[in-house]
Amino acid sequence: MESTDKGLPFSNLLVIITSGILFGLGLSVSEMVNPARVLGFLNILGPWDPTLIFVMAGALTVAVPGFQYARLMHKPFLAVSFSIPGKKDLDKKLILGAVIFGIGWGLAGICPGPSLVALNSLDMKVVWFVLAMLAGIVAHDKFLPS
Amino acid sequence: MTEFSFINAFSGGVMIGFAVILMFLGNGRITGISGIVGGLVKQEKGQVSWRVIFVLSLIIGGAIYPFLWGRELPVQLDSPWFVYVIAGLLVGFGTRTGSGCTSGHGICGLARFSTRSLVATVTFIVTAALTHTLVNVITG
Repeated sequence: MESTDKGLPFSNLLVIITSGILFGLGLSVSEMVNPARVLGFLNILGPWDPTLIFVMAGALTVAVPGFQYARLMHKPFLAVSFSIPGKKDLDKKLILGAVIFGIGWGLAGICPGPSLVALNSLDMKVVWFVLAMLAGIVAHDKFLPS
Repeated sequence: MTEFSFINAFSGGVMIGFAVILMFLGNGRITGISGIVGGLVKQEKGQVSWRVIFVLSLIIGGAIYPFLWGRELPVQLDSPWFVYVIAGLLVGFGTRTGSGCTSGHGICGLARFSTRSLVATVTFIVTAALTHTLVNVITG
């Protein structure tokens, strides 16, 4: 997918819109948009909610064959090349970042995807979360630029 | 809160799975939400419009859910507002530092059999579970 000054080709645009809507619907249907559900999964000592495991299982049932099939392709159907993360080593930033994210996720039960979908609830707490998340991203780019 | 529904959880997951492989096989992109939003904040040249369109589509997906499924969007937020501010800051900073979140590492990364993503996913799930449990113990 190459963005040019002429804008996105229609086929790429269609993929982005379909994928986004499908993702938003999936998070809603699976109730991962609900922080209470996610916290129920993280609640290892109390009454435990297994929902997240089954969502992951459903997603991976489709995604694993898809991503493995991609290995056989020289390029994506509608783009020049695959954009794959280049890093292979397990560095401190990966672990540190995952720990910081984990603390935030454990506090509120909200991760980036569900936070955006949950904006539909018009609850100010979600708005606070999203604004703070954007501030966190800006802070990272300022203090830990890659 | 309603009871756990295996059908809803699994079928919602399948939809997310189709969303990420459509994006990867079609446009060659990893559907990591923190990465997509991060690139928006950075305003990389020629990389902004598709990210904006994706984020809007994601939100629209949640907006049309009540009409398609005949149910209200389930969003239950039980903590005081400042918890969401602190959590948001940590989630934004952490996902950028660790190059991914639940979608990028947890779904796309695991599906690619990436060791980095496996390590990140186990790390943030364990940390989140410990954090939630600790908060529960402290606040009773």
